[in-house]
This record gives sequence, C-alpha cells and structure tokens, in this order.
Amino acid sequence: MKNVTFRTEGMSCPSCVKKIEVAVSRLPGVSTVQVLFTTAKVKTSFDETLTNESIIAATIDRLGYHVL
Amino acid sequence: MMRHQKQRLLIVSALLIAIGLLLNVTHVQQDIAKDLMILSACIAGYPIVWHALQALRYRMMSIELLVSIAMGGAILIGDDWEAAAVGFLFGFGAYLESRTLEKTRASLQSLSLLAPTQATVLRNGIELHLSPKEVLKGDVVLVRPGERIPVDGTVTSGEASVNQSSITGESLPVHRRLDDTVFSGTILESGYLRIIAEKVGSDTTFSRIIELVEEAQENKAPTERFLEHFSRYYTPAIILLSVIAYAMTRDITLSLTLLVIACPGALIISAPVSIVAGIGNGARHGILIKGGEYLEKMYKVHTILLDKTGTLTLGEPEVTRIHSFVGQADALLKLAAQAEFQSEHHLAKAIVKEAQKQNSYKNILPETFVAIPGQGIMASIAGQMLLLGNERLLTGHQISLDDTQREMLLAEQQQGHTVVMMADEHCLLAMFSIADVVRNEAWSLVKNLRQVGVQKVIMVTGDNEPTAKAVAAQLGIDEVYAELMPSDKVAIIKQLQTKGSLVAMVGDGVNDAPALATANVGIAISHAGTLKCDLEHSKGIPRGVELILERSKKTGGHYGHDCTSRRKRYSHWCNASRRSRYD
Repeated sequence: MKNVTFRTEGMSCPSCVKKIEVAVSRLPGVSTVQVLFTTAKVKTSFDETLTNESIIAATIDRLGYHVL
Repeated sequence: MMRHQKQRLLIVSALLIAIGLLLNVTHVQQDIAKDLMILSACIAGYPIVWHALQALRYRMMSIELLVSIAMGGAILIGDDWEAAAVGFLFGFGAYLESRTLEKTRASLQSLSLLAPTQATVLRNGIELHLSPKEVLKGDVVLVRPGERIPVDGTVTSGEASVNQSSITGESLPVHRRLDDTVFSGTILESGYLRIIAEKVGSDTTFSRIIELVEEAQENKAPTERFLEHFSRYYTPAIILLSVIAYAMTRDITLSLTLLVIACPGALIISAPVSIVAGIGNGARHGILIKGGEYLEKMYKVHTILLDKTGTLTLGEPEVTRIHSFVGQADALLKLAAQAEFQSEHHLAKAIVKEAQKQNSYKNILPETFVAIPGQGIMASIAGQMLLLGNERLLTGHQISLDDTQREMLLAEQQQGHTVVMMADEHCLLAMFSIADVVRNEAWSLVKNLRQVGVQKVIMVTGDNEPTAKAVAAQLGIDEVYAELMPSDKVAIIKQLQTKGSLVAMVGDGVNDAPALATANVGIAISHAGTLKCDLEHSKGIPRGVELILERSKKTGGHYGHDCTSRRKRYSHWCNASRRSRYD
C-alpha cells in the first residue's frame, strides 16, 4: 500500500471534490481517496501492484484538474 | 486544461460579445452579430462542455452538464445572446472563484514558504546540495549559519545557537550540541552543526504542522455539506424537471427556457462579490472578518488560550536590567555593546540595541574578537580584555562570583531571564538581564477578559516552564501549559472542546497555526508571516482581543445579522476552520 498526495490546480467548487473522489475511487487498486478542497490536494492510498501514480494523476487531469 | 488557457478563451468570448452587441446596437450587420454570439458561446462553452463530458464518463452529472444543455438549448431556440451570456458568466464566475480560492491557498502556502528549501548532505565524503525531500533517513546533514535545518535529527558534532521559535515558540534561540535534538524548519543563527537525519520528508515536525493545519481546515461545516449535496442533486433534478415540463406541455421552448434560467451562473457570480463586500466592511473597523459567524461565536467564548511569545510578549529579547559592580551602568553597557558589535548572537544584538538608545553611543570595532560557541565572546577594546557570556565562560577564565552576585543571577534566572555577564581579566563588571518583554497592552488583558465574561484564560506556549510561569504570574494567568509542541496545543483545544467549551485561540507564527485553525475562533497577530485565521487584527493584539470581545458583547447581534445573509453563500470557501458541531 502506497500513500501519495497530488496537488491540483483549478478546484473551484465543492462539486469538484465529489467528481474527483468518485472517479479516483473507481480505479482498481485505490483504497482511499481524500480530496482536500481548501488546499486543492488529493490524498490517495493504493495498491502498487494494481495501479500507479501516473494512472491516478492522469485520471484527475482528464477530469479537468491539472495535476501540479 | 490550464488556467491561463481558460482565461484567454474567456477574454476572446467577452470581446466577441462586445463586438456583437455593438453591431446590434448600431443596426449594421445584424447577421454577423448573431454569428459572433454563437462563436462566443462556442468558445466560452468549449471548456464547459469538455468538463461536462469528462464527468459523464464517470457517470456523474455535473453543474457543467446543466450549463452545456442550457447553452445548446438557447442556441436551438434562437436565443444566441443568452447562450453567449450564460457561457461567459459561468466561465467568469469560475475564474473569480478560483482566484479567490487561490488567495486562501496562498496563505496556506505561505506556511510552506517557511519550509527549508535546501539541504547539504555528506555522502561518501562528498558534499551534496539536495532538496530536503531527497534527504534519506540516516544521512549526515551539515547546517551553516542562516540556513534552515532541513530535517528532524540529532546533533553528531558542532555547536550552534538555533532559533526554534517557528516550531516551539521559544522566544530565545537555544544552544544545541552533541546528542541534542533539532527540528526541521528552525534556523541556525550562529555556529555549525552536523546532524544525523532521523525524520525526513513528510514525517518531519514541520510537515506535520502543515498537515495539522490542513486537517483542521477540512473540517467542514454543515452548510458546506449542504452545498455538496446540492450540486449532486441539483443538475439531475433540473434536467428531470425540464423533461417533465416537455412531456406535459410538448413545448420545447418552455422546457429549454427552464434549463436556461435554472443555470446557476448568478449563484456562482454572487459568491465572490459577497466575499469582497464582507472583507471590505470588516476592514473599515480595523478587523479582518472572514465570516460573520466568528463574531457571533466570540460572544459565546468562555475559554481563551493565549500564546506567549509574540502574542503576550514582543517576541524580541531586550535588556531589562543592568546590575553594575564596577563603574556606571551606562558606561558598562556602552563597553559591552562595542565588544559585542560584531557578534551575530541574539543576546549580543539585544545589548547593542539597548546601547544604541543612548545618544552618546558610537560603534567601535574591538581590536580582537573571538566568539566561543556556547559560552560567549572574548574581545579587547582600547587594550582592555573583556569577557561577555555565561557562567561557563567566566569559570573557564578563573573568574568566580561572590554570594551576592550568585543570588542575583539565580533570582534573574528564576524569573525566566537570560543573564549575560561581563568581566575583565580580574573580576565581574556587570550582569545584563535579558528577556522577552511583555507587551504594554497585555498587562490589563486578563482582568478585562474576566470582566467581559471569559471564564478561563490559559497560557499555552512552547517556551520553557520557568519563563512561561514568570510571565503568567506577572499577568495573572493561572493556568499555564509550557514546553508544548504545536500538536500539543491542538490536543489541549480539542480536549476543552469535547468538554463543551467554546475556545478562542490567540497566537502568531507557524507553531500556532494548527491551534488557530482548530479553535472555534482563531485570532492571529498580523505581524511577520500572516496566517489564515478567522479574525485577523491589524493592530497589536492583546488590546485587539479585548476590543473584539467588547464589541461583540455589545453589538454582536448587529454584526451577526449583518453577516449571516452573506455567510451562507460564501461559507463553502471561507478559508477559516469551522467547528460548528460544537455550537
């Protein structure tokens, strides 16, 4: 299990939180997702054998929240 | 999509709308005006539709979907101007919102700016300059004067004076040598240290502080949760409603109009406007108010926690007393300052500062100057050899104190003062008592707070116990918690809150940030490195605390009312922590 925190740009409303939370948690291997709205951070923990940082980052990015 | 890209699209669409309107008003080229509006709608709508589709891929109906349908609908029913306006307003609202949020995030990032940025690591005998993130556990780290210590660790060699105020709130730098623990984010003022890294990266004390603040910030208020639910059900509900409207009336224009007017552009644009208005209003009263509920809460506060260093005291050491044994105090102070002039040490600086208050003082460079780490200095002025430092320095030069002098020294130390002793080759000349002095406004604070109904006044500080107790006794504070780490302050607040207390915290600096964010009301002192907080006073607190208390006791109702209507709209991004469940 690995813990990674992503910093994003452009989270502008609480509905963004839900979007990212749902999308990332649906990825295989991701066990927890916590989206910090005020700080625009996404804290995740995932199984390294099933997924990796770049997959999660790409998912967040595709939703329209550029990962820094 | 990057923000500046969105910004550019927004500007282009605004220009197109402007040109379109101009053409429309002048009654020339009305067809072109129509095309320009559609083009503008497409440009402004592109990122919105894109966001909506991305969300749909994860089977989510976002607010963007609603806006997209509304814009498409408006074009279908021939209302191009409406489509362009909705697209532009939505984009503009989102832009304003992200700008406002960025300010909040920036204040959190200003905390991160205090984080160490560079580490000098010794690996295989080679000095490497790394980012603190790259330092591994067990690495040997070198720290030189002026640098921030990049990791938590233990000193393996060297001696230094370290300013730990950012972590512990201690007013005076501490002396660190072999086997002492040092924290990341603290500043090495003079000397040199070799440290073995024990906690690195996100495990360091400094990173934990930032994490604590973030955690406290994310404690959401019920209004915030409401908004989340709102956005989740609003879009499907409106779409369903317009379908029902179509099914009932078979009027496509009506159902599309419903979508267009239900579009939340106005809701979004109202928020930044109200935040600006709220801040402006507070600023007129000399207080930055970030949410009306804090003034209401201030009215109910029964426990106040006060930080010591920088809050009750000035946070800068000053010479408070001179005991002279041979000669005049003024002349001795002048001599001491001249000898210490070159020294980087904070105690030396206090002496120099005090001497500079005298008009006749002139800086003279000593003929010789030697700094002895952990002890003091040795200098000669006009052929006279002078020792300035602690007892270790004097004992090392076979100079001893008599009983009266020793008693004086002990008495000063018991009051939490640091004593610098000055001697020549033969005997002790003077003792300079140095302490972080209490702010003038602090003297009557506790009494006044009690008068306005605050039941408990507690001091929480990272400073050592004798100093904390001495200051607390002077000010009449009966409960003191000393030698606390930032997380300990948070724990104390949480404990009080579970007992049902409404807690206000007054503090400054990085070390208080988590506590300020955790308390029901956080009052930050606005000097150096202003932090996020609920109420931020532009003048010297503690007087400010009193004012706020008095004001909210008298006019709390008015202020509360004034801010309540706005609060609901902008509370979801109000950057301060909220603990409404304790209300």
